Amino acid sequence: MKIKVSKPQQVFNICNIIFMLVLALVMIYPVWYVLCASFSDGNRLVAHTGLLLVPDGFSLAAYEGVFKNSMIVKGYANTVIIVVSGVLVNMVLTSIAAYCLSQKNVFWSGILMRFITITMFISGGLIPLYLLNTRALHLTNSYLALILPTAINTYNFIIMRTSFSSVPDSLLESARLDGASHIQVLFKIVIPLSKSIMAVMVLYYAVGHWNSWFPASIYIKERTLFPLQLILREILIQNDTFSMGQDAMATDQYSIGETIKYAIIVVATVPILCVYPFLQRYFTKGVLVGAVKG
Amino acid sequence: MRNTLKQTASGSEYRINYRSVIKKDFKLNKSLYLLMLPVLAYYIIWHYVPMYGALIAFKNFTPRLGTWGSPWVGFKHFIDFFSSPSFGEVLFNTLRISLTTLIFSFPMPIILALLLNELKSARFSKLVQNATYLPHFISLVVICGMVKDFTRDTGIVSYLLSFFGVEPITMLNYPEYFVPIYVISGIWQSVGWESIIFLAALTGIDGSLYEAATIDGAGRWKQTWHITLPGILPTIITMLILRIGGILNVGYEKIILLYNDATLEVADVISTYVYRKGLLEQSWSFSTAVNMFNSVINLLFLCSANFISRKVNDTALW
Repeated sequence: MKIKVSKPQQVFNICNIIFMLVLALVMIYPVWYVLCASFSDGNRLVAHTGLLLVPDGFSLAAYEGVFKNSMIVKGYANTVIIVVSGVLVNMVLTSIAAYCLSQKNVFWSGILMRFITITMFISGGLIPLYLLNTRALHLTNSYLALILPTAINTYNFIIMRTSFSSVPDSLLESARLDGASHIQVLFKIVIPLSKSIMAVMVLYYAVGHWNSWFPASIYIKERTLFPLQLILREILIQNDTFSMGQDAMATDQYSIGETIKYAIIVVATVPILCVYPFLQRYFTKGVLVGAVKG
Repeated sequence: MRNTLKQTASGSEYRINYRSVIKKDFKLNKSLYLLMLPVLAYYIIWHYVPMYGALIAFKNFTPRLGTWGSPWVGFKHFIDFFSSPSFGEVLFNTLRISLTTLIFSFPMPIILALLLNELKSARFSKLVQNATYLPHFISLVVICGMVKDFTRDTGIVSYLLSFFGVEPITMLNYPEYFVPIYVISGIWQSVGWESIIFLAALTGIDGSLYEAATIDGAGRWKQTWHITLPGILPTIITMLILRIGGILNVGYEKIILLYNDATLEVADVISTYVYRKGLLEQSWSFSTAVNMFNSVINLLFLCSANFISRKVNDTALW
C-alpha cells in the first residue's frame, strides 16, 4: 500500500531538505574556511576577499611556522600532560562516587546524594574559589589548580551513576560473597560492563580539559607552563589590537602571519576532530538526558 | 532513607531504633564509606569551603587576617554595589544579553529537532545532526578567534553583509553589534547539541498516536500541534526552568574573550564585573558580594520557575 502524500506536504518536505542542507553547510563552512585559509599562500590570502572554497594558492609555510614556534609546541605538550593526568583523576574519582552511590541498602546514600547535587545549584563563586586555590592551597603555577577543582563533574557523575545502577545486583552480591572487595567489584565487574559510558565520560572530560582556558589564565602565570589554549588566546584574541608583523614578533616572539593564525586553529582543533567519529556513536543514545532529568 | 529502613525492618511494624540501624549499616558498608572519603573530601574542599569563603562578602577581607579573622562590615559591600552607577549598567546588560539569548536561542533547538523529525531519510537526518553537533566541541577560544576574524572589515561576514548594503566595518568595535554577534555565534555553537535532548523526547512519543490521528484525518500540521508538541512539552518546560533559573547567569568566559574597551558599555555583565573587580582589581569582598547577590537572585528565579511550573503544568525539577 502506498501512502498518499498531499501536495503541500511534498512542498514542505522539499523545503525542509533544502533548509537542512543549507544549515549543515552553515555549520561546517567556518571550519572549512579555516582549513582552506591555513593551506593558502599568505600574500594571496591577504589580498583575497569573499568566500574561500578551496585554498588560495597552496603553501605549508603556515604549518612550518607553527611547528617551529617553541611556545606553541611547548603549549601543546603542556596541554597533553594536563589532559592525560586530569582525565585520570576525573575518571577514578567519578567512578568511585558513582559506584558508591549506586549501591542499594546504604543508609547514608540519600543524604550523600543530596550533599553532592546541592553543589549544582549553590556555589561560593569565583572569588572564594580563587582565594582558596591561591592563598590557602598555594596552587598558583601548578597544574593541580586545573585538575583538582574540577575533579568530579556532577552531571557526569549522575550519568555514570544511572548507568552503574543498571548492573544487576545479583552479580555484585555474588562477587561480594566470594570475597571480592568493593574496589575489585568496581574495576572487574562494574566498569567492564559499562564500557560505552566510560568511553563517553573519558571523551567528555578530555574535550573539557583540552578546551579549557579560563582556570589556566588565572592560576598559571609562568609562561613555560601555559597550555595551548592560552597561547591561542594570545595569538587570536589579544594580539589583534597589536600591529601584526615585525613589532609583535620582536615583543612577543610570535610571528603572526595571517595564515599562521588559521594553521594554529587547525592544529589545536584536529585532536577534537579526530575523536569526533568515536563520540558520534553515543550522541543519540541520549546520555545527556539522564543528566538533565537527574 | 525511609525505604532503606523499611527494608531492613523486613516489613514488620515496630519502632525503628536509628542508632542500631546506623551502627549495623556502618558495620556492613564500612569499606564503601571509606571508599567515598576522597569523593567527600573533594566536595568539601572545592565546593563547601568556597561557600564558607563567601562569608567575606560581609567582611573586609585582607589576606593577612584570613576569612575568619577579617573584620565584619555587614551589608556595606552590597550597599556600595547597589548605590554605584555600575549596578544599573551591569544588571541591565546582563538582562539584555540573557533575555535576547532566551528569546532567540531557546526555540532554535526545538525547531531544529522538529524539522529533523520530519525528515524521511534517517541517514540524511544523521548527517545533518552530526554537522550541527560539531561546533559544540570546538574550544571557546577558537570560536571567539573565528568570530573576531570573520566579523572584521575584511572578514567573510562583512563580505556577505556587503551584498545587503552594509558598510564593511570591524563589528566587534561597535557596541550595537556586540549582542547580536554574541547571540548568533552562541546559536551556531549550541543549537545542534541542545537539540539532542528534544530529539530524545521525540523518539519517546508513542507511534500509535500518530496512526490514530492519521485515521481520524489529521494532517501533518495538526499532528505536530496536537501530538508532537504536547509530547515534548515536559522536556521543553524542564529546559525552560533551567534557563529561567540562570537568567542572571551570563557566563564570563565568552564575554571576556569578545569584549574590548569600545564595547564595554553593552558587554559588561555581572559575572565579568565580578571578574574584573575581584581578580584584576583585587576588591575581594566587594566582588564576592556582587557574586552572592547574583547567585541569590538566580536561586530565587529557579525556585519560583519551578514552583509555578509545578502548579500549572505538573512538571518540575524537584
